[in-house]
Amino acid sequence: MTHLIDTFSADAWAKVWAYRGTFLLGLQNTLITAVFGLLLALMLGIVFGLFGSSGKKPLSIISRIYVEFIQNTPVLLQMCFLYYALAFSGVGADIITTGIVTLGVYTGAYMAEVVRAGIQAVPRGQFEAAQSQGFGYVQYMYYIILPQSIKIILPPMVNQAVNLFKNTSCLYIVGGADLISLTYSFVTGATTGGAYGPAYLVCGAMFFIVCFPLSSLATAWETSLKKRDAGSAALVRKLEEGKA
Amino acid sequence: MDWAASFSILMQTSVLRYIMLGAVFSIAIAAAAVLCSILLGSVLALVRNYCNGKTRPFKWIATAYIELFRNTPLLLWIFVCLVVCPCPEFLSRQMLGLSSVEVRILFRAFVALVLFTSSVIAEIIRGGLNSIAKGQFEAAHSQGFGTVQTMVYIILPQAYRAVVPTLLSQVITTIKDSSYLANVAVIELMSRVRRVLATSNVYNGVGTQLISDVFVLFGLAFLIYFAINFTLSCIVRSMQNRKPRQAARRQVRPATEP
Repeated sequence: MTHLIDTFSADAWAKVWAYRGTFLLGLQNTLITAVFGLLLALMLGIVFGLFGSSGKKPLSIISRIYVEFIQNTPVLLQMCFLYYALAFSGVGADIITTGIVTLGVYTGAYMAEVVRAGIQAVPRGQFEAAQSQGFGYVQYMYYIILPQSIKIILPPMVNQAVNLFKNTSCLYIVGGADLISLTYSFVTGATTGGAYGPAYLVCGAMFFIVCFPLSSLATAWETSLKKRDAGSAALVRKLEEGKA
Repeated sequence: MDWAASFSILMQTSVLRYIMLGAVFSIAIAAAAVLCSILLGSVLALVRNYCNGKTRPFKWIATAYIELFRNTPLLLWIFVCLVVCPCPEFLSRQMLGLSSVEVRILFRAFVALVLFTSSVIAEIIRGGLNSIAKGQFEAAHSQGFGTVQTMVYIILPQAYRAVVPTLLSQVITTIKDSSYLANVAVIELMSRVRRVLATSNVYNGVGTQLISDVFVLFGLAFLIYFAINFTLSCIVRSMQNRKPRQAARRQVRPATEP
């Protein structure tokens, strides 16, 4: 508990302020990793989500294998594997790039499931209706599916983005340059060490400031969707009863 | 690349036992963490959902706790607990094949894992609580049940049953999360595989580290994690597929039995 006391010591706070560049650099690295990781995850998620909902056996099997393998193994292990495989083969791995690839592939598996569920929530009859009206696959996806499934897809996607941001902490194990790693080397460093309380508080606050609005937004979306959908469900039932 | 040499690492029973013990630790840590988190999470969920009126400040505390831990990474809490969390005296000794230092780290990291997981489980249980019809409360009260009795006998059993699949998939997440302990100590599967890899030249009989060692050792770790988690996720899926049918049957029964 002794380390908590320095949370209230002006010296410790002054030290954190003097090294504010370290924290900002960490935040910057974490943001870069998260943003590019998210782009990769979205691409993979859309491609494998479409594969999974295509109804074509080979494509959905490929997507199944990708999703199951990635979701059932720890992201930390995936990151270590990629990093060591690159390092041992003499390619030499840039840590941020390793992070972007690993986190992108990991989050992509979750995105793929979200996209697949969103597409499959639209009744199959609409596909036939669209086809009979002369829609191609791309047009069908863009004009029919996307507007209907986007409200189902977006909230869990935002939650996955939050998870991705938090998962940048995995970079620590390969000697990363992300916010957590730089904070840890700050508090344990020979010249900078000691200011545990303020340093962890600043680091945690940075994560919270990014993640809290996003996850609150996702929750609010979900709640409003539930309300709207329950309402429309009741309306449908009433109409049916009226007809009967 | 020398696959024969790399696979010879796994032929050594001491190495294999060392790694398998790590897998047991991973499962045990995750199971214990989820059980503790269900207790803590239930309290948090009940307080966040039902502490209105005079006890409202408790609701704010529970809400703040849940949002704080949900929106910050687990590794931060492991680091924080390593310096802040007090460790009971009787744990400062060798046990389970770990040194006393490792036992202390294990305890502190475990506390961090429980703090983190309980915030997630609290939200899962809250989802279960919200799915229970209002009429259940009114029926219980009309039968003379107090608030505590209503919760314990009527509401919580139904809420738990509704979230069993979600809780099971949280076990998968927690098994994966237990690998974060590899950042601070060599106790569970992930860290043990990494340690064997770090000195693989001693075990593979070649004398130098090979890239195939990476594939063989991490491949084994992938396989173990996958076997455990895929089994669990198959169970979750079969439960979810069974549930709608049960619910349909339950709804149908009153109509068929006059």
